[in-house]
Amino acid sequence: MVTKTTPGGITASERMAVRASQELQNQEVVFVGIGLPNLACNLARATHAPQLFMIYESGTIGTIPARLPVSIGDPTLVTDSLAIVSQSDIFQCYLQGGLIEVGFLGGAQVDRYGNINTTVIGDYQNPKIRLPGSGGACEIATHSQRVLIMMRMSPKSFVAKCDFITSPGSKMDSSKPSRDLGKTRQDLKLPGGGPTKAITDLGVLEMLDGEFTLTEIYPGVTVEQVKQNCGWDLKIAPALKTIEEPDPKTLELLRNKIDPDRLYL
Amino acid sequence: MRKPKLTANKIVSMKEAVRELVKPGNDIYIEGFTHLICFAAGHEIIRQGIGNLTATRLTPDLVYDQLIEAGLVKKLVFSWAGNPGVGSLHALRRRSQKDSANKLEMEEYSHFGMVSRTLAGSAGLPFWPLKNFEGTHIAESNPKIKSVTCPYTGETYATVPALHPDVAIIHVQRADKEGNAQVWGLMGTQKEVAFSAKRVIVVAEEIVDTQVIRRDPNRTLVPGILVDAVVHEPWGCHPSYAQGFYDRDNDFYIKWEDISRDPKTYADYLAEFVHGVKDRKEYLTKVGSGLLDRLKAKPRKCEGVDYGY
Repeated sequence: MVTKTTPGGITASERMAVRASQELQNQEVVFVGIGLPNLACNLARATHAPQLFMIYESGTIGTIPARLPVSIGDPTLVTDSLAIVSQSDIFQCYLQGGLIEVGFLGGAQVDRYGNINTTVIGDYQNPKIRLPGSGGACEIATHSQRVLIMMRMSPKSFVAKCDFITSPGSKMDSSKPSRDLGKTRQDLKLPGGGPTKAITDLGVLEMLDGEFTLTEIYPGVTVEQVKQNCGWDLKIAPALKTIEEPDPKTLELLRNKIDPDRLYL
Repeated sequence: MRKPKLTANKIVSMKEAVRELVKPGNDIYIEGFTHLICFAAGHEIIRQGIGNLTATRLTPDLVYDQLIEAGLVKKLVFSWAGNPGVGSLHALRRRSQKDSANKLEMEEYSHFGMVSRTLAGSAGLPFWPLKNFEGTHIAESNPKIKSVTCPYTGETYATVPALHPDVAIIHVQRADKEGNAQVWGLMGTQKEVAFSAKRVIVVAEEIVDTQVIRRDPNRTLVPGILVDAVVHEPWGCHPSYAQGFYDRDNDFYIKWEDISRDPKTYADYLAEFVHGVKDRKEYLTKVGSGLLDRLKAKPRKCEGVDYGY
């Protein structure tokens, strides 16, 4: 993972983890992903949201990890959880059953509607790069009440059209023909609310009227820079907010308690 | 209709279990969602060179990639293929990208789709409905994903076909010699796959007396009546883990990225740790007692329950 450092010595990953943690409310039920989402959730629990209710895809409910999990099925997630359930329970009862308030997603490509590709770069049958596939991403995007996307911006990752849509955003859009092309979540009667924000290394994109709009930016980052790292003509909010840099206490927690080996920071 | 398997003693060696129950051309399912992935069984299949396999699991990880590298897999059925938290499966990448020689057949779902296939298989139904895949390309890339109209609401649901692997390999913490198997910690799709499969091999960290099973019947995930063979294979999951027995060898998963990226180092690994040993015991000797001591779980007992009446 490339570590970009700001003039203040704060890495892009640290900014993203801290900004994403602020999106989580106390007592919310969150489906936690490995990597930055895990840092964001555990930081929220250690600060403003001590009763954040964490669920991991492997089937751990009400989890309080004692160490940083490297995998979604790390044994530390099991120890001291409130419940351990099978894969069929996690997807049927918890996710499809509508219990998940916040889901986290990332991927190789995202478009202006928050559609995400984690399957292939290039043609599906003959891909340039074969990616891992959906895992639980498609159902997290379909059923979570809201989805937070965490991705670094670049013209290769924030694209006009995804090569393959693995996880649905606000509206189906792709260069690939599809029976659902042009349909919105409402048209398709998708139960979850879909992506609401993309937390990136340059700023925050918010889903407004079904399309991502830049609403927040980090100090020292210009609108031009954000536009250059986006593959479509990105809408910019008239009142652009500047994100506050993480305070030293929060950084200290993140660096020394939550990810002491700097695996994801 | 299925015949319950009531043999009193099903204990065999891993070598015998694989030789008798895993056949060329089979659809195999070595279960485990991070937890309880039976590497010992995968390695034995490689040693016996049983090929032309359809390898099925939600998360084909390192051991499935090793089966692919060994040239034994013709088709992969899956929902997430990678080295979790670390990177790619390189044998798979080499066999699935543009201009790859000898491309692997692939059949792809999401986790929920795969889980639903095991549910249908275990329940004796031909398919399973789920609210999923709309607004994506997943269903359109896999003709086996279809849809059904709900007879009550008129809504459309995606459907996936029942899964019936020829053989399921289920690693557990403890079992008796009839194959009554108890699991704690992550349960994956162990139960559903055991009920779906035509043949079941239970591999256990510990073989216990049936009385131990009977004293805690709620913990039995797979009943012996489904089980064809029981293998006693301590540390059979390394580098995966068994809750309460040993930790996941995260360092190995991280190192694997470098080992597997280059076909030469990959071949060297298989030569040394798979073909170069005759069984799991020799593998463990090669891995070294220092590492095993480091990974051995620290006790964390629960209070237990009272089954009295």
